[in-house]
Order: sequence, then C-alpha cells, then structure tokens
Amino acid sequence: MPDEKLFIGSHAPYWHNGSSISAKSYDTMLAALPAVVLGISQYGAPALGVLALSVSCAMIWELIMNVAMKRPASIGDGNAAVIGLLFAMLMPATAPWWAVVVGTFVAVVIGKQIFGGIGCNPLNPALVAIAILMLSWESMMDFNDALVNYDFGFNMIYPLAAIKSFGASAVSDYNTVGLLMGQQPGGIGTTFGLGLIIGGLYLILRGHIRWEISLSFLASVFVTALLFNLSDPDKYANPVFHLLTGYTLIGAFFLATEDSSSPVNFFPMLLYGAFAGILTVLIRNIGAFVDGVVFAILMMNVANPLLDKIRPKAMGKGIKHA
Amino acid sequence: MIKRPFFSLGKPKLKYPVDDTQEQDVIRVIPLPDRVTFFLEDPYERNEGFLIKPGDKIKTGQKLKLTEDDKDYVISSVTGTIADISQYRGYLGKTYAAISIDTGDEEQWDDKFKEGCQKPTLENSLEFLGCLPGDTGFIPILDTHPPLNTIIINGLDKDILVSTNQLIVQTETDSLKTGIEYLREITGAGEIMIAVSPELASQAGEIDVDVKVIEPSYPNTLPEIIMKSILGKTPPADETWEQIGVGLINAEAVVAISNAFTKGQIPVSKLLTVINKDNTTVHVRARVGTHVKEILAALDIETYHGDQLVLGGPMTGHALYSEDLPILADTDAIMVHDKDNVVLPSDCHCINCGECVRACPARIPVNMLIRVLENDLYEEAAKEYDLLSCIECGLCSYVCPARIPIFHYIMLGKYELARIETVEESNA
Ligand code: SF4
Ligand code: SF4
Repeated sequence: MPDEKLFIGSHAPYWHNGSSISAKSYDTMLAALPAVVLGISQYGAPALGVLALSVSCAMIWELIMNVAMKRPASIGDGNAAVIGLLFAMLMPATAPWWAVVVGTFVAVVIGKQIFGGIGCNPLNPALVAIAILMLSWESMMDFNDALVNYDFGFNMIYPLAAIKSFGASAVSDYNTVGLLMGQQPGGIGTTFGLGLIIGGLYLILRGHIRWEISLSFLASVFVTALLFNLSDPDKYANPVFHLLTGYTLIGAFFLATEDSSSPVNFFPMLLYGAFAGILTVLIRNIGAFVDGVVFAILMMNVANPLLDKIRPKAMGKGIKHA
Repeated sequence: MIKRPFFSLGKPKLKYPVDDTQEQDVIRVIPLPDRVTFFLEDPYERNEGFLIKPGDKIKTGQKLKLTEDDKDYVISSVTGTIADISQYRGYLGKTYAAISIDTGDEEQWDDKFKEGCQKPTLENSLEFLGCLPGDTGFIPILDTHPPLNTIIINGLDKDILVSTNQLIVQTETDSLKTGIEYLREITGAGEIMIAVSPELASQAGEIDVDVKVIEPSYPNTLPEIIMKSILGKTPPADETWEQIGVGLINAEAVVAISNAFTKGQIPVSKLLTVINKDNTTVHVRARVGTHVKEILAALDIETYHGDQLVLGGPMTGHALYSEDLPILADTDAIMVHDKDNVVLPSDCHCINCGECVRACPARIPVNMLIRVLENDLYEEAAKEYDLLSCIECGLCSYVCPARIPIFHYIMLGKYELARIETVEESNA
C-alpha cells in the first residue's frame, strides 16, 4: 500500500521541551570557554596543543569503543568532547602527548565505556583519568615541577603547594583579585576563577547543572576551611584562599556536577556537595595530597547511589486513608 | 509546542494558552456522517453469537449489546444499518468489537429510554446512561461500590490546549445546574463540588454547589492533582477513587445527564476541541462514532503522510494510524501534529540528569524507575520504584534530554504487571 496515507504512531506525549544531550554538552563547553581561553593566552601553543589533542583523542576513543562494542556512534552527543575538554583543563600545559593519550583512554574507555557508555559511569571519567595520572606520574602532575620554565610576572609557586610546605604565611604572596583573574599557576583551565564562576552561573541558570551541588560544595569548603583557619591561623590558610585555588571552582561547577555520578534528589545533592567540600579541605590540610578535590569528588561519586536513596515518598504511598 | 525557556531553573510550566486563540462561542456542527463506528469492549475476542449482525436496522439512541449477558453496551448515535462487525485492538492491548453503521436517510429515535425512564434513578442511569458523551466511566461503576460521599465535577480539561469542559461550564450553566440535581438523586452523594479555572469561578458560582478554583496549568488539571488540591488527600497508589468514596465526573457528562432526563433522549453528540497544526483550536460538535476524516474535512484541515493524528491532547492523547477511526464518547480533543514537529524517541541511556525527577508531580524516582523498566523488571519497578504511583502525566518524557520514551515504558510496565498478576491469580 505505497500510496496510502499513514500517520506516525508513537506514545504520548507528543511534545518535547526541546532539550537534548548534545545541547547540554555544547553549552558546557561554551561555559568552559572563558577559563580555557585565558589558559591558552597564558601558556600559548602548548596549552592549545594539550586541549586539541585531548578533545580529539577522547572522541576517537569513544568512536573506537562504539565500533568495538557494535553500538551506534555516539560522539555526536558531545559527551566525549566534554570529557576530553575537562581532562585537558585539569592538566598542566606542559603535559607530554602520551600522557594526554593515556589519560583520555582511561577517561573514556575505563571511566565511561566499559560501564556501558553515557549515563552508566559511576565515577566522573575525567577525574578517574586525573587520579590515575596523579598516582602514576606524580612529578608530571606537580604544577611546580611542570611549570618551572614559565614566568608571567606573578608568583609562580602553586598556591596549594606553598601553604602545604610553608603554612598560612605563604598566603600573603597571593592577592584575592589576582587569584580570581588567573594569576596563579595551575591546570590549563583551572586558574581563571572569575571565568569559571561566570561559566558555572551560566550552566546553573540554563538548568544544566544543579545549584544545590555547586553551592553546598563551595559553602562547605568555605566553612571547613574557616574552622581550620580559626583553630590555627598560622598553619591553615583562610577560606577564601581555598575557594580560589587548586581545582575548587572547576570542581564545583564542572566536575562534581557531572550527571551520572551525582545525585538527583534535593537533600542528597546538598549532602553530596557538603561532604565533598569537607573531604577536599581535610585532604588539603591534613592529608597527603596537595589538592583534595579529585579524591573528594571521586569518593562522593562512590557514595552517590547510597545517598540518592534519601528521597520523598511517592504520591499515594505510605498513607492510609481514614 | 511549548519549548524550554532559555533560562530554566525549576519545573516546566505549561499554561493553557487557550483563550486568545479560539472563537469561544462558535461551535461548528459537523454534518451527519455517512458511516459511524463504535468500539464495544469485548475481552473474549468473539466472532459470533452476537445479538446484532450486519444488515440490522438501528435507530438513534438504541442500545447495542453483543450478547444478552454482557454488561457493556454502546448507544447508537445515528439511524441506519449495521454494515460490519469486526475485531479491533486498541491501547494497552484492549480488544473491542468495532461496529460500523451506515447512516440512513431519515432519523428515527428509539423510544425505549423515553418510555421506561422518566425518573433519574440509579437503575435507569445504569441501564441507559453507561456511555454518555464526556463520561469517562463514572456511571458504570456506580453500583459496584459503596455509595460515594463526594463527587467532584470537573470543569477543567485534562490536557493542554483542550477546552471542552471549560466551554461547557461557560455556555451551559443552566443544564449543569439541573444535571447536578439529577446527579444528587441518582447517587445520593452528600457533597458535590465543581472544579473550575479562575476565569469561570464567578459563572460557576451561579450553580448551587461548592466552587473550587484550580489554576489551569499542567499538570494541575489531572484528576489526581485536582483531588489533592481540593480534598487535601491523594488517592492511594493501589486503590481506585471509588474505594475511598470519591467520584470525578466531567462537566460535559453532567450536562448530558440533564439533557437525557429533560428531553427524554440519550445525548449522542460530543463536543470536541480540535487542535490544528499551528496550535489554534476550534470547537466542534459531532455524533459519537464520526470518523476523524469527516471532522477534518469539515474544518478544511489537510493532513499528509507522516503527520501525527492524536485523539486527546499533546501530553496524554493516543496516536491514530488512520483517519478512518472514530471519535469515542470520551474523546475530548483531536490533535493534528505536523510531521516536522513529531518527536522521535531515542534508545539512548538515561544520563541521570534528574530533570524527570524534578518534573514528576507524583515524586517518583523516574531515573531509577526507567532503569528497571528497561530491563523488564516490572515487579521490582512497582515495589521499589513506585511504578503504580504514576498519574500518567507524561512530563517525564517531555523534559528528558536523552529523549527516552519514559511514559511509554511506564505504561508498558503497568500493562505487563497487570498481566503477571492475572497469571498468578489463575495459577493460585
Ligand atoms: S508520567 Fe512521568 S512525570 Fe508523570 S507521574 Fe508518571 S512518572 Fe511522574
Ligand atoms: S530526564 Fe531522562 S536522562 Fe534525565 S534522569 Fe530522567 S530519564 Fe534520565
């Protein structure tokens, strides 16, 4: 019956609000742009090289896994590109090419695809990769060693390393506005505090990430750092310093908020953010690592399924009528 | 289609953009069609042994039953000859006998109802008013349960862009009044109230019942939410409304009760909102059983291969595959959806973004529910993830960025669960 007029059958609803995964991915990349651009302008070609290699490698790994697992190609949704971009933003500009190739392999293949692809990863893929690199090639990920050949006319000692070795007195070498404007060494896309905040606010307003997670994370970093600071002002840095250094801001807006590995209910989101914040400062102030964001978020990723069990009662459940 | 605003923090807000797009009082009357079709529920998928057969002459208002023992019946909306009786499988696998009648030249009314039933009693209503236009099953269940304490008359429409009941409240206030009196006699219910939108509150005030104002934005107008906002309680997930003594009836059906007893004729035509491709709406009145094709032709609405044709509204309607299917007694709207706007579902995984959880009015963990449903774990879905609490609003699918047909999975889940339970019962 080739000529017969037939209608498309599908189930309700017949409307959709127009959102899509790819729109979400591209918006995330757009939001990351200010921080990325500042990184490129500071470190020049090497930073651009790491970024470009990372994004393209992540997409290639994704494609290879699609083919290997006989699944439809999923690079169009932009998720692999986002993982690649975030991974590169966390890396020092001097990272060698093989580290980027290995890192994106860990992120996309081990962090995401072997669990079943988008939405199935229990941990944030970019963070899994960074954690493995941090444990395997410690000096490559040490920003003081990595960026030793750069001098931009501001203090080129990685702030978190400075307070770890010299105590809170080192804080006075940095000023708050400078930190906000990216005058600190660090990952390619992690140092421009203001840019990250603007990007984060954009994502929150667009509804792509949840303010509950970002805000509770930042608030708890602040409060925990404040408590430490009050207990021993000579040893522990002030809370604002903790907010603007290391991976705190990119963690709050781009890493902790990753959909698949974070909760969706209101209280669990607050708890998740709060615990991640506490752990971050604990690791920074008394733990072995210079920055605590990576492991704090990964630990809360693990706790996420448990946290998300705290949820309101569904309608018509558990109430018995009189 | 209502799209997500550029900045969006909270839940989707779906207003009913009705009043400015339609000519409120114009109701287009669709001419008597050449053929009508009725669907009469037939769970046994029988082929023979029917009381009626092709060739039988039928009068308007005549009651059609498949066999003497059957409880279900339909009321013929035309005078004519039965052309065909065949099987039809509808939504959720329900089986029906499709009875087609070719319309004759002269309209004759069947007078069984007029002779037998001057009084609005429960018995008469059950006998003749079981499939009134606008009724979604209120009358047929009246005898199976303890009497209702509370009846809510629904002066709102379930779905977006639909304004059928709203028009009834606006234009047929007097019949509504009489209908409510009859309803009181029939059911003996103590408390009757009417739910209307704010614009119609003063008009509804003329009727001598409690007026409850409901903000007409989706999903406020779904039956369960109306109940919650009026009575302050929600229906238990595994029980029916009647079990807790509450009934909900559409304003249109109340008017039909009134017309039946005052005129001595069972009403046979249905008021509908027709939603065109550009979301403009028109009200039409057509005989129950009229094919969609006739209605669209009368309104000069063109459809093309690949469009979507929906009985009901954009969030909860049912798609038709052909224009040669009829409108039913409970069809409130027809929506014509352009092929360029058709939403195609995807087989992408849930990305756990939580949009559905925030949109769900029943507070269901949809992100988890969809995971178990995708793996056919229906019993677990009901036990752990509140499948049965779903009030079928469709908002989860509407907001899902992965475009998972969540609502479809949910209805499939409910259907499969019911089947599992039937099998278990028959094995027990
Ligand atoms: S259809 Fe979806 S959003 Fe609506 S009640 Fe059911 S699960 Fe919740
Ligand atoms: S809206 Fe869709 S993708 Fe997001 S959590 Fe719900 S089912 Fe998953």
